Amino acid sequence: MPRIHFTPHLKNHLDCPPQDVTAATLREALEIVFQANPRLRSYLLDDQGHLRKHVTAFIDSTPINDRVNLSDDVSRAKEVYLLQALSGG
Amino acid sequence: MSDRIQVGTRKGLFTLVRHNSNWKVDKVDFLGSPVTMCLKDPRNNFSYAVLTLGHFGCKLHRSADDGKTWEECGVPKYPEGAVFAGMPGDDGTPTTKPASMKEIWILEPGGTDQPNLLWAGTIPGGLFRSNDNGMTWELIESLWDNPERMKWFGGGKDEPGIHSICVDPRDSKHIQLGISCGGVWSTSDTGATWERLGQGLRAEYMPPELAYDTASQDGHRMVRCKSAPDNLWIQHHNGIFKSTDDAHNWTEIKDVKPSTFGFGVAVHPSDPQTAWFVPGKKDEFRYPEEGKLIVTRTKDGGQTFEQITNGLPQDHCYDLVFRHALEVDETGDNLVFGSTTGGIWTSNNGGDTWTMLPNRLPPIYVTRFC
Repeated sequence: MPRIHFTPHLKNHLDCPPQDVTAATLREALEIVFQANPRLRSYLLDDQGHLRKHVTAFIDSTPINDRVNLSDDVSRAKEVYLLQALSGG
Repeated sequence: MSDRIQVGTRKGLFTLVRHNSNWKVDKVDFLGSPVTMCLKDPRNNFSYAVLTLGHFGCKLHRSADDGKTWEECGVPKYPEGAVFAGMPGDDGTPTTKPASMKEIWILEPGGTDQPNLLWAGTIPGGLFRSNDNGMTWELIESLWDNPERMKWFGGGKDEPGIHSICVDPRDSKHIQLGISCGGVWSTSDTGATWERLGQGLRAEYMPPELAYDTASQDGHRMVRCKSAPDNLWIQHHNGIFKSTDDAHNWTEIKDVKPSTFGFGVAVHPSDPQTAWFVPGKKDEFRYPEEGKLIVTRTKDGGQTFEQITNGLPQDHCYDLVFRHALEVDETGDNLVFGSTTGGIWTSNNGGDTWTMLPNRLPPIYVTRFC
C-alpha cells in the first residue's frame, strides 16, 4: 500500500496531506485521492487527464514512464511522490 | 468615475484605490501567483481572477465581497480528442495537435439582460460560456467545429487564442471576437452561427497575395465604442485599423509617429473618434522607440495623432504595454496602463497628462477599472 506524497507547493492552493491507498496503477491511486479531494485533480492533471507538463511523479525513486495514461505499477511501491518540476515556475 | 483599478501581474492581483487625486496600492491578492486576467462584473459585483500557474495550470477564482474572500470556480475544458492545426508535415500534409486548456486570455460579462452569463476566450482558440457566473463552462461548439478554425495559428502565443470579446451593448446576442491569429469573427445569435469579417485588415507578415486574407489577421486587441457600437478599433500586429460599420470593413491608419506597432488600444466610451495607443518599436524589438514612453491619441478618427509625453519617462525607458493593460473608464477621462516592467501610469484628463505610480509592480498583464 503506497503512501502518496504531494509537493508542499500545493499547500499554497489547497490542502493535500499524504494519503495511503491500495491501487494497481498510478491512475487508480490518484482517482482514489481525487474522490476525497476533487479540486486536486486539475492541479495535477490537465483537462485531458494527462499529468501536467510541469508536474513530475516518482514511484519510490523512479520517475514514471507513462504521463498520459498513468499506467505505471504502484502495487508494490512504498512511496509515490507528486512534485513540481523545476521547469514551469 | 472609477476609484479602483485591478492590476493582474506576474506576482498577484493588485488593487489600486484613488486617494484624492493619487492612486495607491490598497491590497494584494494571490501574492506570488501569476494573475493573467481579471474582471469586476458591473452587473453583480462579482470579481474574477484568472491564475495561470506555471506548474498547476489555469485556475479561476471569484469573490462576491470585493476580494475579502475568494472561491475557486471551474475552468473551461476541451473535449477529449479536440485538436488544433499544427505545422504541415514533411510532405506538406496538414497536421494537428491535441488541444488542451492553456489559458483564459480574456474574460467578459454578457449583456445586462444575461445576468449570469460570462464569456471566456481561451488558448488554444476555444470560446466558452458560463451560465452560472463562472462555476461551470461549456464550449461554443459552433465555432470550434467550424472548419475554417483550422486556419488559425499562433501569434502572441504559440497556439491560437481569443483575446477580445466585444458584446454589443444594443444587442447582447451580437458579439465580435478578435483572434490571434484568426481575424475577426461575429455572431448575431449568441454563438449559434458565426461569420468571419475583417475586409481591409492587412497582414504584412504574410505573402503579398495573402496579405488581405481575413483568416490570417493578427489583431492584437479589438475594442468597441460603447455609445456608438458600430465603431471598433484594432491595434494590429502591423498597424492601426478602425471600422465604422460593425467590423465588416476596416481602414488602415498609417504614418502614425512614432510607430503603429503595439498591443493595446482604448476607445472613448462616448466618442468613437477618440482612441489611445501605447506604441513600441516594431516588431522584433518591442520597446518604446528611442527609449521614450509615448501615448498616441487621436480625436478625429485617426486623421491626426498627438504624441503625449507629459508625465511619461523620456530616457532609457523600456516598458512595453501588453494588450489587456491599457484601459479607459466609463467617463473617458480616466485612463491607466501598466507595463512589462511593472510601471503603472494613470491619467484623469483623457490622457493629456500622466502620473506614475511610485511603486514598481511585477510585470503587468492586465489593468481594469472597477
